[in-house]
Amino acid sequence: MRDLIKMIVVITAIAAVSGGFLAGARDMTKANIEKNKLNFVQGPAIRKILEGASNDPVESRFKLKNKDGQEITFFVGVMDGKPKAVAFETFGRGFGGDIGVMFAVDITNDSLVGIGVTTHSETPGLGSRAKDDSFTKGWKGDAIAQDFKVKQEGGDVDAITGATVTSKGVCLAANAAKKIYKELEADIEKNAQSISIK
Amino acid sequence: MAKTLTQEFTKGLWNEIPPFRLVLGLCPTLAVTKSFYNALGMGLALTFVLVGSNVLVSMLRKIIPAEVRIACFIILVATFVILVELFTQAYTYGLYQQLGIFIPLIVVNCIPLGRAEAFAYKQGVGRSFLDGLGMGIGYTLSLSVLGAFREIFGAGTFLGGTPNVIKVFGPEFQPFQFMVEAPGAFVCLGLMLCVMNMLGKK
Repeated sequence: MRDLIKMIVVITAIAAVSGGFLAGARDMTKANIEKNKLNFVQGPAIRKILEGASNDPVESRFKLKNKDGQEITFFVGVMDGKPKAVAFETFGRGFGGDIGVMFAVDITNDSLVGIGVTTHSETPGLGSRAKDDSFTKGWKGDAIAQDFKVKQEGGDVDAITGATVTSKGVCLAANAAKKIYKELEADIEKNAQSISIK
Repeated sequence: MAKTLTQEFTKGLWNEIPPFRLVLGLCPTLAVTKSFYNALGMGLALTFVLVGSNVLVSMLRKIIPAEVRIACFIILVATFVILVELFTQAYTYGLYQQLGIFIPLIVVNCIPLGRAEAFAYKQGVGRSFLDGLGMGIGYTLSLSVLGAFREIFGAGTFLGGTPNVIKVFGPEFQPFQFMVEAPGAFVCLGLMLCVMNMLGKK
């Protein structure tokens, strides 16, 4: 019995100290990691979907909190002299973990500007094709009134052959994005407008 | 049997050099040695983890009950691995993207766990530190040499992935594609082992 207690105490103590230590390290590196992600992962995706913007969308950004208290960064693309589109990242469960999707909405008519996959851990050659243009190019121009669904489920998203779970994950992320957009629409528009004044 | 402190350090550099002599940790060895830069990064990451886990395991060896030692080792190794992951992500993002999954996989790499079990759990802090450092440097050297060979013959470059890439051969050079693929890694590893055995025999 004493041995058992000792085992539990030792392992708990080691785990707790390690955990505390790592939490500290995470806080220390957080700012830098965010900056790197912005430059290397999100940046290229944002610039690609907001192609034709006269500003640098990565620089014109603001943060808002949704109902659950999550902080989301929005990137604004200025087109024809007016802030026209916002892009932000959401996540959906894929085959190998969360898939990060950059989702861009036209704020003047609530239609989809485009999506781009930022991070994923899908199977190379199958699910990883979600990053390809052939998959993302279909996501454009539709009004975002309806939920995104793959064709097997009665939606109109062409799933990637051999990677239905991945395609569904992207849909999940897109639907989450849609919900966030609906919820924060007024705030998003207000913030986006104020960016153009600068 | 007792070794001097210098021997604890130098055994990792030749006599028990991983991955050649111990033949442990082959998975990342084959996967990340496509270029010298990646190999060096991976080696340094492992060295850090190995030194850290060896020292801590050795310090805590009297309190860790033998029944749960493996679990404790894994927690300690994992802590250092996540530290490395956070730091590469924060300061050398390009390397982080290249190494990708292989940094978190150091947790299940046999070398830190093997050294913790076979060495640090039984030895003092100083010896464990030297053992970890020696093994780590040995691993880094092996990986770097392997990486350099594969990169030079497979891609015709040296230091690819850094700002100052060197083209080793002239413009007519046809890359020996086989070398940068996984089977090429096995062949290269085998050849290096062969050369090492030849030198060791003398």
